[in-house]
Amino acid sequence: MDVALIGASMTQFGQREGWIRDLLVEAGSACLDDAGVDGATVDHCYVSNMASGEFEGQTGIMNALAHDLGLVPAYAERVDQTSASGGAGIYEAWQSVASGASEMTLLVGGEKMTHRTTAESTDVIASITHPVEYKHGVTLPSFAGLTARAYLERHDAPRESLAHVAVKNHANGALNPKAQFRTEVDLETVLESPIVADPLRLYDFCPVTDGSAALLFCPASVADDYADEYVVVSGVAGATDTHVVHERDDPTVMGGVVESGEAAFEMADLRPADVDVAELHDMFTILECLQLEGLGFADPGTAWKLAMDGVTARDGDLPVNTSGGLKSKGHPLGASGVAQAVELYEQLLGEAGDRQVDAETGLACNVGGFGNCVITTLLEVAA
Amino acid sequence: MTDEPGLRASECASGHLAFPRHPVCRECGAATVGSVDLSDETAEVVTWTTSTATPPGVREPNTLAIVEFDVAGETVRAIGGTTTEDVAIGDVVEPVYVAELRDPDAGIREPASQEWDGYRYRPVDDE
Repeated sequence: MDVALIGASMTQFGQREGWIRDLLVEAGSACLDDAGVDGATVDHCYVSNMASGEFEGQTGIMNALAHDLGLVPAYAERVDQTSASGGAGIYEAWQSVASGASEMTLLVGGEKMTHRTTAESTDVIASITHPVEYKHGVTLPSFAGLTARAYLERHDAPRESLAHVAVKNHANGALNPKAQFRTEVDLETVLESPIVADPLRLYDFCPVTDGSAALLFCPASVADDYADEYVVVSGVAGATDTHVVHERDDPTVMGGVVESGEAAFEMADLRPADVDVAELHDMFTILECLQLEGLGFADPGTAWKLAMDGVTARDGDLPVNTSGGLKSKGHPLGASGVAQAVELYEQLLGEAGDRQVDAETGLACNVGGFGNCVITTLLEVAA
Repeated sequence: MTDEPGLRASECASGHLAFPRHPVCRECGAATVGSVDLSDETAEVVTWTTSTATPPGVREPNTLAIVEFDVAGETVRAIGGTTTEDVAIGDVVEPVYVAELRDPDAGIREPASQEWDGYRYRPVDDE
């Protein structure tokens, strides 16, 4: 059964006053309003979230949201796949409709993080690591530094190539009213910002963010009843890589990206050349390059050229992260994968305002951990 | 799931090494039958970083390296801090025992749930 997206929303990303329940309700109710669907119609409700218990001491948030939005007695489930929770939520929501179990599924992703110090947030996220990693103080940013050094040295790529990713994504985020950072940055600012995990600097990293995003799914066969224009989920697939990052044969290849991408393309019967716009998981600038290679948009060792050459700019051949990406829009962990699809939904339906590109097919790649869990989703505008 | 104490790679029936220990070999599926002590071996730096934004209870800056051991033709990698910020890809290093790598009480993880001692890596001068 083909599955349609008939509604989408996201809250302002950034430092927010509300707590996790407030953020989820804000995005969820806006999504139902966007589609003109009453909460009582919802059969399944999925909440993508990594760590509300650790951040805030609030667990059971799927039931809280069902209660707060008036969805009771809808089936409700929290989806945790660390940073890929949002993408995993898309997979769960798609399954619920494709299987016939639900005729109306609401997916809301969210995270509340900024009340913690950056060190505390870093530790919550680093708690995904294996004991042999955690005891050394290994963090996700340090994995990015280790990988960026190996990639740049092996491919003789200039350090500036990664800075171009940050410059591009900030330029896009400056046009996104929901983005955490709405300021452009220049190369010099990126290259002179403080070192966080050598060779990567502050502007190579996404910020700590509060925010929520939501999507509404139903069978494509009834989507016309709710929306004049809608989007179809034509491919969605997930894959894992090793828990222990140093066990990967090649530190510059993200196996979960490769595997989930191949499976999603096969399901959709599409190829990388068919994709008009992509939202990639640029938690760190180097990750945008590794995903471009893993998904087949660039040959191994060449993706560092794409932002430099303008290929991935809004007016390039393959616009990447028109939303501003995690880098500029912000990265509220469980919300990010959902927000990627919200951007694609708006791009495919011509609702992206100043960021609008010409697109009928979009791809989102949502990465959990350091490529430990990955979900790739392909969306197409309904013909 | 208990990990081997110290710096020991598990060895499967076919002779493949893994660190940390796996109950079943990732390469060939054979059962783990023994282990090899890596603490007296040298290794080569595969890549490294110096992290300046470290979590509670972790030294700052924290230079980390992925290193590769070659034990009689079988390679196995490990990650760990280094004793100096002055490292480079390809450097030969040796493990140095550290009784407490980070403050077990400062972070989010339950202190009793894992070991906190281990090995950092020191460049070997005569290379």
